Amino acid sequence: MSLLAALAVKPWLPQPPDPGRAAPRAPAAAVGLRVLLGVIAMLFALFAIALLVRARLPDWQALPWPATLWLNTGLLAASSVALQFASGSARHGRERGLRGALAAAAALALGFLAGQGWVWAQFVAAGHFVASHPAASFFYLLTGLHGLHLAGGLVALGWAAAGLAREGPGERSARRVALCATYWHFLFAVWLVLFALLASSPGTLVALGSAVGMHSH
Amino acid sequence: MALAIALVVIVVATVAFHFASPWWFTPIASNWGLVDDTILITLVITGAVFVAVNLFIALAIVRFRHRAGHRAAFEPENRRLEGRLTLLTTAGIVAMLAPGLYVYSQMIAAPDDAAQVEVLGRQWQWRFRFPGADGRLGRTDVRYVSADNPFGVNPDDPHGRDDVLVASPELHLPLGRPVALLLRSHDVLHNFYVPQFRVKMDLVPGLVSRFWLTPTRAGRFEILCAELCGLAHYNMRGHVVVEDEAAFRAWLAAQPTFAALR
Amino acid sequence: MSDRDLHTEPHSFWTKYVWSQDHKVIAIQYSLTAIAIGLVALVLSNLMRLQLGFPGAFDFIDPGRYYQYVTMHGMIMVVYLLTALFLGGFGNYLIPLMVGARDMVFPFLNMLSYWMYLLAVLVLVASFFVPGGPTGAGWTLYPPQAILPGTPGTEWGIVLMLVSLVIFIVAATMGGLNYVTTVLQARTRGMTLLRMPLSVWGIFVASILALFAFPALFVSGVMMLCDKLLGTSFFMPAIVSMGQPLAHGGGSPVLFQHLFWFFGHPEVYIVALPAFGIISDLISTHARKNIFGYRMMVWAIVAIGGLSFVVWAHHMYVSGMNPYFGYFFATTTLIIAVPTAIKVYNWTLTLWRGDIHLRVPMLFAIGFISTFVIGGLTGLFLGNVSVDIPLSDTYFVVAHFHMVMGVSPILAIFGGLYHWYPKITGRLLDERLGKLHFWVTFLGTYAIYMPMHYLGFLGMPRRYYAYEGYEFIPASAQDLNAFITVAALVVGVTQLVFLFNLAWSVRHGRPAGANPWGATTLEWQTPHTPPRHGNWGATMPEVHRWAYDYSVPGAARDFIPQNVPQEAGAGGEGPVWGGQV
Repeated sequence: MSLLAALAVKPWLPQPPDPGRAAPRAPAAAVGLRVLLGVIAMLFALFAIALLVRARLPDWQALPWPATLWLNTGLLAASSVALQFASGSARHGRERGLRGALAAAAALALGFLAGQGWVWAQFVAAGHFVASHPAASFFYLLTGLHGLHLAGGLVALGWAAAGLAREGPGERSARRVALCATYWHFLFAVWLVLFALLASSPGTLVALGSAVGMHSH
Repeated sequence: MALAIALVVIVVATVAFHFASPWWFTPIASNWGLVDDTILITLVITGAVFVAVNLFIALAIVRFRHRAGHRAAFEPENRRLEGRLTLLTTAGIVAMLAPGLYVYSQMIAAPDDAAQVEVLGRQWQWRFRFPGADGRLGRTDVRYVSADNPFGVNPDDPHGRDDVLVASPELHLPLGRPVALLLRSHDVLHNFYVPQFRVKMDLVPGLVSRFWLTPTRAGRFEILCAELCGLAHYNMRGHVVVEDEAAFRAWLAAQPTFAALR
Repeated sequence: MSDRDLHTEPHSFWTKYVWSQDHKVIAIQYSLTAIAIGLVALVLSNLMRLQLGFPGAFDFIDPGRYYQYVTMHGMIMVVYLLTALFLGGFGNYLIPLMVGARDMVFPFLNMLSYWMYLLAVLVLVASFFVPGGPTGAGWTLYPPQAILPGTPGTEWGIVLMLVSLVIFIVAATMGGLNYVTTVLQARTRGMTLLRMPLSVWGIFVASILALFAFPALFVSGVMMLCDKLLGTSFFMPAIVSMGQPLAHGGGSPVLFQHLFWFFGHPEVYIVALPAFGIISDLISTHARKNIFGYRMMVWAIVAIGGLSFVVWAHHMYVSGMNPYFGYFFATTTLIIAVPTAIKVYNWTLTLWRGDIHLRVPMLFAIGFISTFVIGGLTGLFLGNVSVDIPLSDTYFVVAHFHMVMGVSPILAIFGGLYHWYPKITGRLLDERLGKLHFWVTFLGTYAIYMPMHYLGFLGMPRRYYAYEGYEFIPASAQDLNAFITVAALVVGVTQLVFLFNLAWSVRHGRPAGANPWGATTLEWQTPHTPPRHGNWGATMPEVHRWAYDYSVPGAARDFIPQNVPQEAGAGGEGPVWGGQV
């Protein structure tokens, strides 16, 4: 039954037996994760809007864009792919591939975080401090928050790996790894958006802001 | 039952209070009488709903309070009644919104011949600047602010040299001439508020906000700050003196220009 | 989660009452913490009123302290009391019981949510004891003022406030994920969406609003922390503060306001929607009549929730934002009045042709309608941009939001507590004390806020420490302020009667039985009162009907619980453990 139809029934009349329970519901953790991703998406969307507003003010200047960031993007993409592979292995019970892929995903994600830290160090060395200019402020703030979310993901991944070590491969492990993979793909997508915003020229940002209805004072 | 009586008493007391209240709008001193009219329309409509809902509840309590053997009706919904009430509500909303938006369209469209005055706020003082003979205000920037340039007027801008600077919190305006107020702040948010004018607007550091009015009544009115601005927010006092053109001219001529102060 | 072994009763004191993962215990922890911090806010409001009613009579209330009271009172009431009590308290207690679940779907996360909330409260309280005291920037915390000298608490207070809010948001998100997912995934057999009681609907939609609105507060809070601690210029333009040029430059204070109110307006409905739901259930139960227009009530909750995200800038008509926004936001704001009005009509139409039992919860419910109507109607003044401009930042606004967001939700909370207390403790709250509490609170709040609207018409600005020497304010306004203060003190002190009742009735209240009000919803059908860990004993309840089968024609009793099969209901068999007061 579609949601609209479900909201249009006259509940005071006798209803046919609830068909919803005939099919098993999605596990709560999967639904909970989707809601959480919605909240995190909202968080970064609001930061993005704040950035677009701030970029329209006259003191905005573009950041230099070190090549390391491209490398980091590649690392995170590879980590996401590895986790997807792990998820597939877990579903099909391929234990060796699963362990290897989990380790690779974690290592690649740590590599991404280290790479982001390296870019911070490069920026500091080049004199772009957090308060130097607004694009730099946004860069530190957004990469930092994104990194924190990924670090939280690594904790969850460790928990999934511990479960795997304890219980061996099976449906529960597969579900946990699948949830981690979903989260990883989501964080990779968020990173792509942040990358695009932070790398854009001031003119592009102004045009983008105008396209979503912002005005200049 | 006591609740029904209480609701009726509340309605009667509220209506009585409304008509007996000595606390009401100050006599208006600007062209925004239409604002007062819109408020009155809103008050009549909302007041009628307030009275109707409370009396209806009181009546329901009197008629349908629990008594032995009494049983409630079973009435899941009544689409026709709900539809009618929705339409009626929508009509009431339109009756308030339409005049409101009409008045607003006038409030944000200053006439071309409106004179310009700058209002500068800082913790916790009002200052004012008039354009000089060239009719244009000089550009400003916070960077230029100093003891001998309290307005931060750009010293290189020729339009700024003849600007008239008012170093006291008293603003004079000519009677019956539209004036656009350009608002700036050097530190925190303030709000230029004269109750008798009905309009108000924030002063925001970093930008120039504005509103306009035509003073319609001569007199001396208080300026208040209506946006929390720190410890002395409640004491950020000023005055507007609305007077005839000649008196205004004489007052303006007695104020120094930017060039004269440097 | 349906494994019964997961729900065996914990035995040690610590796992049962402190590190508890039982939604009912967490609900009580949330509620008691919220009430405790709410008491602080109540005292602060009375201190403010002392200064306004009798200016200068109390030396220790200087302007700095006054603005700190204003700020902390507002923030505590809105966030740490109302939001926490409705979602963390009522949401936690009612959702699993009303939808027929054994617990929340993520019990550990639920426990974590409470401890994070407690931490947020403690950080907030700590700001009273740091050098400079708590922030006095107003609960809206507008920059630049919130972090510049000239405002109290810019040393530590503002930092602790922002940190506390960030922690609160994490706690609220953990809770919200639980509430939403539990409603979506853990409803018992037969509990379709439209068989859910309106309390669940209100809390469910409010939780969604909280999940998606609090990020805006998080964003603005984190960016302001950066401006304060790291010297960034997200919101800070170039400024000369007290004669000193600052290093900031280029930022936008108006951007903060947009973010703040993008959270702030849905926040109004985060508080209002649970109140709407609770009131609907109270009215229906105590009028022994189905809620009138149930479907419309659900649709209205959903519509109000959606619209609440597109009205935020009606708080900013005089903020210096683009004036053309005014048209859009005035229109959306007045549109939201339509579904809201429908809710009011349907409450009153539920009373009509009912069998109204004026017990204490019902008194509060009707008090809610009356006060909410005033607050809603005055909202039509403030939403309509040209009418707002003369009234904004005056006492009219203070009266408006206290009626709509202070008094009416608090009356809903009181009504809910009198209603569900017998399920929580197994005993009824004392009725005479309850009536005293109701009458003083209801009439007292009218006495406080009704005349206050007229001070607003007069033009008295809000957030003023004193009004001496303003010629347009007549001396009689001071008399009125003194009257309002006396009324506020009386109402404030009367809340002690309620607290006494809460504590006393735990042991001395009249035993309530399982279902003292003859209610249909599942929480009254538990095998034990108070419900034990796991709620339902060996068998999960099965739902056969909507939540409002009151006074069904032909039925023997005037209510049929949701878990009674259709055939049995028609035959008039009541549940075996039902019993009416």
